[in-house]
Amino acid sequence: MLWRRHKTFPRGIHPPECKDETRGSPIRQFPFAPVMVIPMQQHIGKPAIPVVAEGQEVARGQLLARADGFISVPVHAPASGVVKRIALVPNIDGHMVPGMYLQCFPGATQEVIEGTPCRVETTTPEQIIDAVQQAGIVGLGGAAFPAHAKLRIPEGKTVDTLLINGVECEPYLTTDHRVMLEQTDDIFLGIRYLLKATGAERAIIAVEANKQDAAEKLRRQAPNNLPVMVEVLAVKYPQGAEKMVIQALLNREVPSGHHPYEVHVIGVNVATAAEIGRLLPHGRGIQERVITITGPGVKKKGNYRIPIGTPLRFALEWVGVGDDLAEVFLGGPMMGQAVPSLDIPITKGINGFVAFTEAQIYRAEKVLPCIHCGYCVAACPVRLNPARLGLLAKRERYEEMARSFDLMDCFECGACSYVCPSRIPLVQHFRVAKQRIKKRRAA
Amino acid sequence: MNAVEKTLTIRSSPHIRSPIGVEAIMRNVVYALLPAAVFSVYVFGLAALVLLTTAVLTCVATEHLLCRATGRASTVNDWSVAITGLIYGMTLPPGLPLWMVILGGMVAVALGKFLFGGLGGNLFNPALVGRAFLQAAFPSAMTSWVPVLSADRFQILPRSTLAYPFAEPVYDTMTGATPLAAFKFERQTTETVDLFLGLTGGSTGETASLLLLAGGFYLIARKMANWRIPAGIFAAVAALSGITHGLEPETYAAPPFMLFSGGLMLGALFMATDMVASPLTGAGCFIYGLLIGAVAMTIRLWGAMPEGVMYAILFGNAVSPLIDRAIQPITYGTGKRGREP
Repeated sequence: MLWRRHKTFPRGIHPPECKDETRGSPIRQFPFAPVMVIPMQQHIGKPAIPVVAEGQEVARGQLLARADGFISVPVHAPASGVVKRIALVPNIDGHMVPGMYLQCFPGATQEVIEGTPCRVETTTPEQIIDAVQQAGIVGLGGAAFPAHAKLRIPEGKTVDTLLINGVECEPYLTTDHRVMLEQTDDIFLGIRYLLKATGAERAIIAVEANKQDAAEKLRRQAPNNLPVMVEVLAVKYPQGAEKMVIQALLNREVPSGHHPYEVHVIGVNVATAAEIGRLLPHGRGIQERVITITGPGVKKKGNYRIPIGTPLRFALEWVGVGDDLAEVFLGGPMMGQAVPSLDIPITKGINGFVAFTEAQIYRAEKVLPCIHCGYCVAACPVRLNPARLGLLAKRERYEEMARSFDLMDCFECGACSYVCPSRIPLVQHFRVAKQRIKKRRAA
Repeated sequence: MNAVEKTLTIRSSPHIRSPIGVEAIMRNVVYALLPAAVFSVYVFGLAALVLLTTAVLTCVATEHLLCRATGRASTVNDWSVAITGLIYGMTLPPGLPLWMVILGGMVAVALGKFLFGGLGGNLFNPALVGRAFLQAAFPSAMTSWVPVLSADRFQILPRSTLAYPFAEPVYDTMTGATPLAAFKFERQTTETVDLFLGLTGGSTGETASLLLLAGGFYLIARKMANWRIPAGIFAAVAALSGITHGLEPETYAAPPFMLFSGGLMLGALFMATDMVASPLTGAGCFIYGLLIGAVAMTIRLWGAMPEGVMYAILFGNAVSPLIDRAIQPITYGTGKRGREP
């Protein structure tokens, strides 16, 4: 076939992919930092409650903190060591949050404590959901929403399709790509758990066309008795957004302000599925994850299985950075968050970080007036009118933005800011506007 | 291992930006116009060269001086006023007295652009504002044409070019008419090949359909012009001329003639597509194009003048904000368009 059109959603953008440097690098184990920083809240929801005391010795994989309610997950020890302090630790927002410092034993053992295995054949959906929670698994694509909470389908809703999201549309990141290549069987086992837990009839693994090798491997190794399909989508940003994959694959639109259940879909990141398949048969908790460390500022670029709680400073020292390091952000360049401090740790929701040198940093040029080019309108995946919204934001007409132009449906993908030739910081305006509106509505 | 002790930059995402800025868009429009402009110098000689140079310099100088006078930073570096000057010059008849070119250029920038707040603020295409002013003020000068490929075109300027202000310009080398006028008033047709190649009388830069099309395709391929606008215009023109020609072939010209004559190519590809004065959405742009095509054809077929593209685009510019109000994108998952309260 000379010309093959892959499925996709309307609009979106094509930023440079920048994945070549790490797409071929196999996942390698990252060493243990001497001191791990472990926040009690690495997920959306209530923070976990510590069950260990200061000075207590713990083994790798041991429970450090238990979940506090349904929208919460436990935290496990990433290494064997001593709980040095239970105190406030820095997090990505630049705030201090409850957590603990774990001093690792030198040459900490790779052995992981195992719990009660959860076998897919002999368990009930309820037990699987419970096991997923006990394993401390959150959405590993970056959302960090507790996975078990997503799996429990609300009363009266049904799900026909389990969507395994391996799109990974952010430039630079290649963790999902490597996980699909290297943990293929874990993914299929994870899908078995997920199908049983949700009652979905079939699973679709979505992969972008720039990961053909992963798609082929998944197709080749798919078990015969598993109702799973692999779909290759066009390369486009932000195709990895759940709503966009659902639209691209099934042509269904999730109603504004609702969950994908409404259109009978449940979406799970491919790394999350792999982790479920890897941990549940052994009753283990999550104590490490795969991340991409890359960017022109990094010497040993690659994909690493890194212990959760590894301080960023340790990670950067180990991969090597030059004197020209100028910016580090967690996640990809489109939605990633610049780090306020290198003392913050790698947490469950972080799928990679990118280091830029002075040369890559986007220095704000002079902002010109909107020239009505329509690029932002053509880019917005949720089909808003960023040009109009930007004008209203400038005049601080926030309520009007929400009421008349659906501002709250913006998920801040940044496509509008990326394309704007006048360099108007559109998505930044929208973030401010959304915060103001939320504050006003809460008051 | 040395500790990483650096002061890091903290910026809000996205951390990368598209390389296409306003300046790049504007610069590329100039590139796309250049082949047709250079060809016009070949066809009309010194007259075209002097006219285009004067038009561009006048517009750039006007913008620069106005910025200075009002204490703003000069905005001539964004290339937008250079485009205005070039397009404005290309819409004028070669041989037009230079003082008129200067006057119109000043009106184009001062009234058409600066008064509306400069870049991004203008409701109408500034080049056309300047041209419309000249058309109203000096109708006979604006419909006097120099011959094509005259032998001495590189040696001497037409006498009209250097006419003094308020003096009646002398047109010593006038031709009969443009192809549109020839057809409208004398039922005289022109070879489509000549129209296509640009070997006919007309405004300085509007004759070379082939080169204008090439430039237009370049802009469309680079997404610096919305293809729906020319597509809408061509569709409307082809449909209306197809119908009228089908009904009365003697009175009305056939679609190829209508498409390749007059200012249609220049207007459809470079003026109607002016981002500032055209709608935002794809559907809006198509409607806008259809509207311009229909108005241009109405004037050409039944109006008193042979040509109507300029007025059609100005009309489209005026309607564009209304189209934007009516044709908002339909937000994902809501099934409804955004609405002004």
